[in-house]
Amino acid sequence: MKALRFERKAAKYAMAAVAGRLRAGSGASVGPLSLRDVDEPELPGDDWVRLQPRLAGICGSDLATIDGHSSRYFEPIVSFPFTPGHEVVGDLDDGSRAVLIPVLSCVTRGISPVCPACEAGRTNHCGRIAFGHLEPGLQSGYCESTGGGWSASMVAHSSQLLAVPEAMSDEAAVMVEPTACAVHAARRVGSYGALGTVAVIGTGTLGLLTIAALRHPTSGATVGQIVATGKYPHQKSLATSLGADRVVSPSELGRVVRSLTGAWVLGDGAGHGPATGSDGQLTDGVDLVIDCVGTEASLTQALQVVAPGGEVLVVGMPGHTSLDLTTLWHRETAIRGCYAYTRSDFEAALSVVTDADLGRLVSATYPLARYTEAIEHAASAGPRGAVKVAFDLRNSSRSSKDRS
Amino acid sequence: MPRPGFVLDVDKSTPPILFHHGEGFRLEKLPAGRSRVIYPGEPLDALDDVEAEIQDALLNPLEMDPLPSLLKPGMKLTIAFDDISLPLPPMKRPDIRQRVIEQVLDMAAAAGVDDVHLIAALALHRRMTESELREAVGDRVYDAFAPSGALYNHDAEDPDNLAFLGTTKHGEEVEINKRAAESDLLVYVNINIVSMDGGHKSTATGLASYRSIKHHHNVHTMQHSKSFMDRHNSELHHSNWRMGAVIKDAGVKVFQIETTINTDTFGQDGPMSVLAKREWEWTTRDRVSFIGMQQGLKRLSGSTRRKIFQNHRAPYGVTSVTAGAIEPVHDRTLQHCFDQHIVEVEGQTDILTMGLPYICPYNVNSVMNPILVMCLGLGYFFNMYRGKPLVREGGVLIMTHPTPWEFHPVHHPSYIDFFEQVLADSTDPKVIEEKWEKQFAEDEWYRHLYRTSYAYHGVHPFYMWYWGSHALQHLGRVIIVGGDDRAVKRLGFKSASTLQDALEMAEDVVGPDATITHYKNPPLVMADVK
Repeated sequence: MKALRFERKAAKYAMAAVAGRLRAGSGASVGPLSLRDVDEPELPGDDWVRLQPRLAGICGSDLATIDGHSSRYFEPIVSFPFTPGHEVVGDLDDGSRAVLIPVLSCVTRGISPVCPACEAGRTNHCGRIAFGHLEPGLQSGYCESTGGGWSASMVAHSSQLLAVPEAMSDEAAVMVEPTACAVHAARRVGSYGALGTVAVIGTGTLGLLTIAALRHPTSGATVGQIVATGKYPHQKSLATSLGADRVVSPSELGRVVRSLTGAWVLGDGAGHGPATGSDGQLTDGVDLVIDCVGTEASLTQALQVVAPGGEVLVVGMPGHTSLDLTTLWHRETAIRGCYAYTRSDFEAALSVVTDADLGRLVSATYPLARYTEAIEHAASAGPRGAVKVAFDLRNSSRSSKDRS
Repeated sequence: MPRPGFVLDVDKSTPPILFHHGEGFRLEKLPAGRSRVIYPGEPLDALDDVEAEIQDALLNPLEMDPLPSLLKPGMKLTIAFDDISLPLPPMKRPDIRQRVIEQVLDMAAAAGVDDVHLIAALALHRRMTESELREAVGDRVYDAFAPSGALYNHDAEDPDNLAFLGTTKHGEEVEINKRAAESDLLVYVNINIVSMDGGHKSTATGLASYRSIKHHHNVHTMQHSKSFMDRHNSELHHSNWRMGAVIKDAGVKVFQIETTINTDTFGQDGPMSVLAKREWEWTTRDRVSFIGMQQGLKRLSGSTRRKIFQNHRAPYGVTSVTAGAIEPVHDRTLQHCFDQHIVEVEGQTDILTMGLPYICPYNVNSVMNPILVMCLGLGYFFNMYRGKPLVREGGVLIMTHPTPWEFHPVHHPSYIDFFEQVLADSTDPKVIEEKWEKQFAEDEWYRHLYRTSYAYHGVHPFYMWYWGSHALQHLGRVIIVGGDDRAVKRLGFKSASTLQDALEMAEDVVGPDATITHYKNPPLVMADVK
């Protein structure tokens, strides 16, 4: 069958890192990702089934890997070669459709007794992601044993499947996985009680979905006002339609939060002397900033606009980042990560996707054969007026040998 | 004998007309047969002996006793003077304020008055820097008073130094500088560059607090000031005059000294002198000089161009000095203003064009940001009329200016937020006033910057927008030629790359073969529209 494979090739990874810095997404054409004819992955056990992807999304973490930006932290928790793709809606052999819940928890690895996190239902915190009868992999799509969505066929444990309602389109269904991330974040926000103003940095896919989730009753979040940053007109209009009260350019966020909170400003933004304008570290700010970008710049900005004692919730995947944490210490702010989801988050995500009509965020689909174009499109989604780019595998097929 | 201003009907022989365009210029050919150009009058003759005229005004004031007789030992004397917003561009040294203040101080000294304060009456404008104060009052005065804290900027947000004097019959609260209010005599030294300035507005606005100013700096007042350059038809001035009565009734004694200057803005020689000449009178030398200036400016960076223009000092001649009671003084001052500025214009036009220069009252030594572009065009220039607006209701205003998306972060912090946040929400002055003004006006950070840095008050960009609200209500469309597209769009206006394109766009509103009037300013000119 055809599959995109990511191999451990240090030289190519280095080339991808260079190319990716020059132009986002160009690591696809020079790096360790390639389209191959490969065997279907074997079923690891009795509770495993085959899943034939119909649509498989391209995620920011995929792009970071392809462009050579990923942290070395991931090295022990992925296994090569792997087929990327963890945002998947596919067909099961019984003809039904399912969305993949990609976290590879203890149950999927045949580990018993399960770890305390899995026991508590927090499979995203599973402590055994590099162990058990599967090769290491924090999720399907990073694990050699399971394959991934960017192929004609992969395997999934029964606990990783969520039935897709008949009425839900493939485009909507492929948005369930990233939406589950957003629901997970929004539920965290919901646990904080009522909040006045929340800043959401970034209105790419994850930012938009987080806004939708914050405004959906399943999250339990009570947020008075959402101020989001958006670079492009389509991001601004989508963010507004999904529930943001104000969407401003990234460069404006500090000034808007200052205005809203009546804060004063320390320094001129370059760390010099008392402020003369309105840029720089705010003396006050919002109690919660949700960073859906995860870059050094976004985290720095988050720390500038979060109130003393407040929290920065990092939903976008960060990498190796340099930050001045003096403000964190001095103002007793917190940076908290927010990774993935639980099954319950997925179930809630189905409602969010349906109610907010999130299938509309799928802007373009590509066949596997045009993977370099697809990845470049996804990597430049914002400037090109797109949100989610996915592979369309509905016309792909496993080989006759495989089918038999 | 200076030639008066006049209206030129454009025909095929009319040369291209010079339009100001920020820190640059455009030469534009106006359609023949349906265009006219309003030219300012040449600078009126300056007073031969300004010092003698000042002395005469102080010794022979209108409806008040001579100044020396008002000065007594042990009295509290305050001299307030107009701030950096006047005149435009700033005048060559010595500034007329300095010349007047020096004579007032000499008389005070001779009378044994030693409790003297000098206050820059800046209302909600930014504080003046030391060098700006020195330029206005002179080094001798500055060095004599500033070190001891007796020369300073008015602070409209200092609760300990404001005095509430009462309320007008219209419910307008009057609160002014406490030192001025409690002085035995307040001498106000003004420069009446246009007819909007001076009169009761000097004290009632220049030395007032936000609490007081908000009663006339609002949308209703500005939409009912037709125009605010015509005192008797200006609600802005009616309100200030009512406040003036409260100030008087509260016992504040004001000795008003008003001055007028001519329109010698660019000098009689030097490269900029060509800007004051009528195009068909340009000599070969003028043309070469202009082309050289254009080419030279194009090669410079924006900041260098700005620096060159901001360093220009105008060689104005002083045309009058009048002192005494506010109202008779101001009546005489207005006549001097009108003598210089008024040009009779027959009827309104469909399309009004204007070239906006690099400076307005609020960007001296600063950046002409997009809000100030709007204020200069739709506020000041649009309102330079008496009778009826130059352009008919529903007509089109075309302005040329680069309108960069650029702000001075120290001088205009609240402008940045206004542009980014308020105008992104609405450009309707009433909506803006209702929804946003209070937040900006009471913002502690803006208040802090106004009081301790060199920032305009948080509410000031709102006033700039209100200043144009009469025009916004009146016009069918506003087009900016050669402006930054994004900035122009944020202002709610249309953008055109050439005047020809703008005229075609205007046709959508006023139809083909529309009449066009070009308002050629600076030098300053005011239309008396019949």
